[in-house]
Amino acid sequence: MGETGKYLGIVAGVMFASLLIIQQLSTLIGILTQTYSGITAVHADIWVMDAKVKSIDESKPMTDGQLGRVRSVEGVAWAVPLYKGSISARLENGDTVVATLYGLDDTTFIGGPAQMVQGSLADLRNSDSVIVDEMSAMDRLAHVAADGTRLPLKLGDTLELNDHRVRVVGLCKVGRGFQSLAVVYTTYNRALSIAPTQRKNLSYILAAAQGGKTPEEVAGKIARVTGLGAYSSQQFIDKTLHYFLTETSIVINFGLSVVVAFLVGTLIAGQTFYNFTMDNLRHFGALKAMGANDRMILSMILLQAGLVGFLGYGLGTGLACLAGLAGQDSVITFSLPWYVLLGAGLAVVGISGISALLSLRKVIKLEPGVVFRG
Amino acid sequence: MQKTTTNVVECRSVKKTFGTGPSEVQALRGIDISVQGGEVMMFVGPSGCGKTTLISVIAGVLDATDGECRVFGESMQEMSNDQRTRYRGKNIGFVFQQFNLIPSLTLKENVAIPLLINGMSYNQAVARGEETLGRVGLLDRANDRPTQLSGGQQQRVAIARAIVHSPRLVVCDEPTSALDHTTGQHIVELLREVAAGDGRALIVVTHDSRIFQYADRIARMDDGRIQSIYDSFQEMADAERVLQ
Repeated sequence: MGETGKYLGIVAGVMFASLLIIQQLSTLIGILTQTYSGITAVHADIWVMDAKVKSIDESKPMTDGQLGRVRSVEGVAWAVPLYKGSISARLENGDTVVATLYGLDDTTFIGGPAQMVQGSLADLRNSDSVIVDEMSAMDRLAHVAADGTRLPLKLGDTLELNDHRVRVVGLCKVGRGFQSLAVVYTTYNRALSIAPTQRKNLSYILAAAQGGKTPEEVAGKIARVTGLGAYSSQQFIDKTLHYFLTETSIVINFGLSVVVAFLVGTLIAGQTFYNFTMDNLRHFGALKAMGANDRMILSMILLQAGLVGFLGYGLGTGLACLAGLAGQDSVITFSLPWYVLLGAGLAVVGISGISALLSLRKVIKLEPGVVFRG
Repeated sequence: MQKTTTNVVECRSVKKTFGTGPSEVQALRGIDISVQGGEVMMFVGPSGCGKTTLISVIAGVLDATDGECRVFGESMQEMSNDQRTRYRGKNIGFVFQQFNLIPSLTLKENVAIPLLINGMSYNQAVARGEETLGRVGLLDRANDRPTQLSGGQQQRVAIARAIVHSPRLVVCDEPTSALDHTTGQHIVELLREVAAGDGRALIVVTHDSRIFQYADRIARMDDGRIQSIYDSFQEMADAERVLQ
């Protein structure tokens, strides 16, 4: 009923609630996706690890002898070692950067990056060679010139990893990990020579199932025979996700943001909608006097609430997508699966519904006679 | 105006009380009145005398505490809420003191509201609304919005809205109080012309003595009662001159 400013206020309330809900949930999904990006990047059927491992970021080294035990399990087509550990990279200017060092099977390079930007995996056969991720090469691992400008790491440049000088032979793309560390790939044996000496070094064993057997079946068999933890890729993703969802406060923190967004949206939209209705009570009274029944009034209010909800949701979703696109090549994580849109849509239905209900009671109880009382 | 013997409105011993106990207010203390077809009836009197309460009861937007009010022989108080709403929508037109036009709708859409409420399709209703705007001299403003009009023009739109569905009774609450003298007179002339006649009746509640001359009968109210009913403004003027 007129009053464009108030109408836009309601739309804005729903829009900001949608934007916040979608943005927070998409960031949460993005972060959760990062928690298992180390698994999806490797393309292995089966992951074998210490039975106490809870997530990809928490490897507990095994003895090298475990590799032979896994290879001997019936149904295993092949099994290769994978080293994964943190290492300190020293830059030319003396700064140190923490990186994740992957040591790949010296022969097959299984577990290596799926997409090379420069160089090739085979270049790891050169002595002291490493492959680094492109984003870190341009930023964290870049050389800093005397005037402060950053010179991206390029092929042939050297790095110092734990007092070992290595040469960059390739640049690759990697999915950003949960800790957003620089990623360095080398061979398994070279990784062991670079990394601090430990009694046990084998972080993971990557394996494949023989034809006719599912990874789950073979993983189950490996676990039974060796007593190690063995999972298909999907099982390991689920296990990692479960760890982050239950053992960390990520979900609570983001969940609180979503709840606050919902409450603020409801408060803004509900209050404005209510004021809007109160200011127009005489019109509703007039409509009732002229013969509009409660069903018609109910339909009108729900239609208005639905319309502002739809507009606010559309605008909020659009803005959230724009924000996601804007941060696509940055460290900001954003993942917008259909169920986030559905969830936000349901939240908006809730916000609009509550807003409408607040007003509805007042309007339904309104005596049409009020219209004659000035 | 050709009057018929059919009673459009017939109220018997109508009482209305608001509140209870010490805060009880008796707004109507036993009203007996009938309004005939083709008649323009004005209820006049000081503020708080019960005029508005009485037309609210007559129009079925307020229940009487006691007594009975029949409109075209039907007691709306005996109807269910839905039936009463439907009955009101079909048979009664309303003109309000503050016009109550919806600002976001065009004039023709505002006028079409009673038809839309009664279930007519949008296109038909708006076409009829436009036609009715022509009857009140505002055809050329059909696509304007209420805020673009003067007070007098807005009241003319409200009159068009009150008559668009050809109701048999039109009730007006202080239709001229927000208007200047000349505009007020034009509005009442228009109301007489379009809302009364052919068995239809017009009831006007007003303070505005300048429009009394347009009434067929005038009921003077005070303290919740009808003090006198006059057959013309002249009769009322004469009677009240004698009293003074």
